[in-house]
Amino acid sequence: MTPGAPDSAVRVAIASSDDVVIARQKGRALAMEIGFTASEATLIAAAISELARNIVRYAGAGEMLLRDDGNGMLLMVARDQGPGIPDVQAALRVGFSTSGGLGMGLPGVRRIADMFEIVSNGSGTTVTVGKYKR
Amino acid sequence: MAVPILKQGDVLIASIQLALTDVDLVMLRDALVEKVSNYRTRGVIVDVTALDVVDSFASRTLRDLAHMIRLRGAETVIVGIQPDVAFAMVQLGLTLENIATALDLEEGLAFLAKTNRRQ
Repeated sequence: MTPGAPDSAVRVAIASSDDVVIARQKGRALAMEIGFTASEATLIAAAISELARNIVRYAGAGEMLLRDDGNGMLLMVARDQGPGIPDVQAALRVGFSTSGGLGMGLPGVRRIADMFEIVSNGSGTTVTVGKYKR
Repeated sequence: MAVPILKQGDVLIASIQLALTDVDLVMLRDALVEKVSNYRTRGVIVDVTALDVVDSFASRTLRDLAHMIRLRGAETVIVGIQPDVAFAMVQLGLTLENIATALDLEEGLAFLAKTNRRQ
């Protein structure tokens, strides 16, 4: 692996709770491979689990892209073509949920992220999360 | 994947062997709540040593499980939360409020023995 080259990338199709587990396992493996500690890799796996679950719950299907940006950051991109998030600010508040959840998922991911971006409209949602190595 | 549930005296022990999906976790919760009354159980131990991740759904399901079992008259102890998993839970703001935890199976059994003597 050449340092500085974005040479590690994984794509996982997400349509069921099994895929959520596959995505977080692949994310953990990728994180370890590019030099994150086991502890950080567990945190990354948990974040991927939250993002992938949201795809299944709110959009039914979508995909997760996981890659090394080549500068010490792991990028996690969750993409779906679902109905979109009606109120993104609300979705980022602890305790807010439209699905009977506790509203801890997305706010938790944002809390641990070094880079966090949501683009959502009527034709889908893309959440991009970046995490640097310590 | 079904989680094996063993009965030892008046304690049920659910030992998670692999990463669980959300569906598996909900099945485990429901199976334990049902078995508590079938076997007249006083205590339940959920061993999460092999659980790769505890995210918001898993922590909520474990909490619900313990609260439901308490309503049925038994106590639950979650044992074996790994250091990396604990680290991630704290970073993500996840808690297991009002739920007993113990280092491992042995400690969990000791905790239940103590609790049941008091009752």
